[in-house]
Amino acid sequence: MASKVVHAIYNDDDILMQAVKQTRAERYHIEEVYTPFPVHGLDKIMGLEPTRLAITAFMYGLVGLSVAVTMMNFIMIEDWPQDIGGKPSFSYIENMPAFVPIMFELTVFFAAHLMVITFYMRSKLWPFKKAENPDIRTTDDHFLMAVDGGNHDLEKLSKFLYDTGALEISIVESEDDH
Amino acid sequence: MDYKLPSKLKLFAIIFMVIGALGIAAGFLTAPSTTAEVKEMMASHGDGHGNDHTSESGHADVSHEVDSHNNKTDNSIDHGVVDVESHDSANAHDSEEAHLEHTLHQLQNRPWSALYVACFFFFMISLGVLAFYAVNWAAQAGWSPVLFRVMEAITAYLVPGGIIMFVLLALSGFHVNHLFVWADPEVVAHDVLIQGKSGWLNGTGLLIRAAIFLGGWILYRTYAVKFSRKDDDASDNTYYKKSFRISAAFLVFFIYTESMMSWDWIMSFDPHWFSTLFGWYVLAGMMVCGITTIALITIILKSQGYLEFVNDSHIHDLAKFMFGFSIFWTYLWFSQFMLIWYANIPEEVTYFITRIEDFKLPFFGMVAMNFLFPVLLLMNSDYKRVNWFVVLTGIVILAGHYIDIFVMVMPATVGTSWFIGIPEIGSVLFFFGLFVFVVFTALTKVPLLAKNNPFIKESKHFHY
Repeated sequence: MASKVVHAIYNDDDILMQAVKQTRAERYHIEEVYTPFPVHGLDKIMGLEPTRLAITAFMYGLVGLSVAVTMMNFIMIEDWPQDIGGKPSFSYIENMPAFVPIMFELTVFFAAHLMVITFYMRSKLWPFKKAENPDIRTTDDHFLMAVDGGNHDLEKLSKFLYDTGALEISIVESEDDH
Repeated sequence: MDYKLPSKLKLFAIIFMVIGALGIAAGFLTAPSTTAEVKEMMASHGDGHGNDHTSESGHADVSHEVDSHNNKTDNSIDHGVVDVESHDSANAHDSEEAHLEHTLHQLQNRPWSALYVACFFFFMISLGVLAFYAVNWAAQAGWSPVLFRVMEAITAYLVPGGIIMFVLLALSGFHVNHLFVWADPEVVAHDVLIQGKSGWLNGTGLLIRAAIFLGGWILYRTYAVKFSRKDDDASDNTYYKKSFRISAAFLVFFIYTESMMSWDWIMSFDPHWFSTLFGWYVLAGMMVCGITTIALITIILKSQGYLEFVNDSHIHDLAKFMFGFSIFWTYLWFSQFMLIWYANIPEEVTYFITRIEDFKLPFFGMVAMNFLFPVLLLMNSDYKRVNWFVVLTGIVILAGHYIDIFVMVMPATVGTSWFIGIPEIGSVLFFFGLFVFVVFTALTKVPLLAKNNPFIKESKHFHY
């Protein structure tokens, strides 16, 4: 069964923040908020969990560091320890200063790229992805809050949202499988 | 809000100064004055493991030691006085004498070097804070004006610290002690390399430059603090603008003088060696120590209820600077080390060979303290707001940078005879006591919150 979602459109981020606060205080469930630009503090007011992207980046960095160390230890020390310009290739630690630039760069490379890819995957972004935009104006200068209709009285909910300063209210059928 | 110096703190600082002064005096009194005393000290030291040797083989041991010693580390003390290459028993006595002479100079240098390292360390903290203070003015930083009074108080140490530094430089530059080899006319007479540099490296020049550097820094400090206090009662932004202008001018002056200061006061301990990024390297260490000290003093004052307008975000920002400048310091440390290690040019690389062979633990230990520790502890955003975390990291960073200065100075002055004992700890305690006394006394002079600064409101509500 398709459920109803109420879309409330605002044209000011301060009013939006206020509306989000009131809506949450009334225990309505906010499905999503669409904004044309990052609204500072919106995630806190919506009660979203902090991102763990930085933690993944740290771990990817460690992976990169391990890759660099393992690779150069195998190539330069174990597999073919040649004398190249008198550099001491007897053990990894003796020749380490020469490897540090690569260790550093691979750490950064892995941390940066894998974190970005993680971000794309977690936020479901890829080329040819169908845009999920309920209202074209939210990419320009309007803000849209989608509130789950649930078992609420939609009349009352619409009235409430209108009082929070919404310019337009519309009730849409949402597909269940979103 | 006015700060009142707790009488306990005053007593605490004075006790530190007294104990430190005793340690310094003990260092000077126990330093040997003749080679016979050195021999005695070495004999009593050797008792533990040398009992089963006959006197003959004991002799041979010493001459062998001299041999390897001269080959690897004798880079400065008595260059060219004696060159021992043979194991002949005929030469054994001469070389032993030369070795004792060498050790004597090192041991005589030790209390002076200990004093110099500690003096420079605390001076550089306050100089680093001064530079950071000027940067914050010139950048019109919106977060930091609530911390300006703390920074101004820390830079108050610039005057007494600078005067002691100047006296020490004068004593070394005119060869009252043997810290600078280039100041010893006998060494210079036999050393063509130093002769070539004597246009720069001479006592008079050293003092003239030191006077210019110290004079310029103290001049800026005096006027910056004066304007900042006058700004409290001003009805317009005249004094703010003046502060802004002199800060920008000071930063230009500072970057030149700081660089030359590092050549004069640190790099000239090894007059045969030079490095182009040395000034930056010293600057990075200076900035880390300065910012760490700001953070520590801010946390102390806040915990006593004096800085209610300072919030977590200010501490967070300071911790970020500690983190960033620690990495910057490591970057320069590594760049200097790796370039010299990689090319391995004999006249440059001796600097690191002495440090790695004779100072292995402090040399590599400080990288762990100054890099690994702050990087791992201050990487997490939440930890930067936890006061005891910042304090813990800050103490390790400050200790690590003391060792940094130690490793810059000691190999050239005391060489293999180094140790962190009574003279070193005494000197640190003395200057720590003096630093605490001067800084916290300066804090009582003026309200802890600047009033009329155009960014003060933003700074009070700073939130990250």
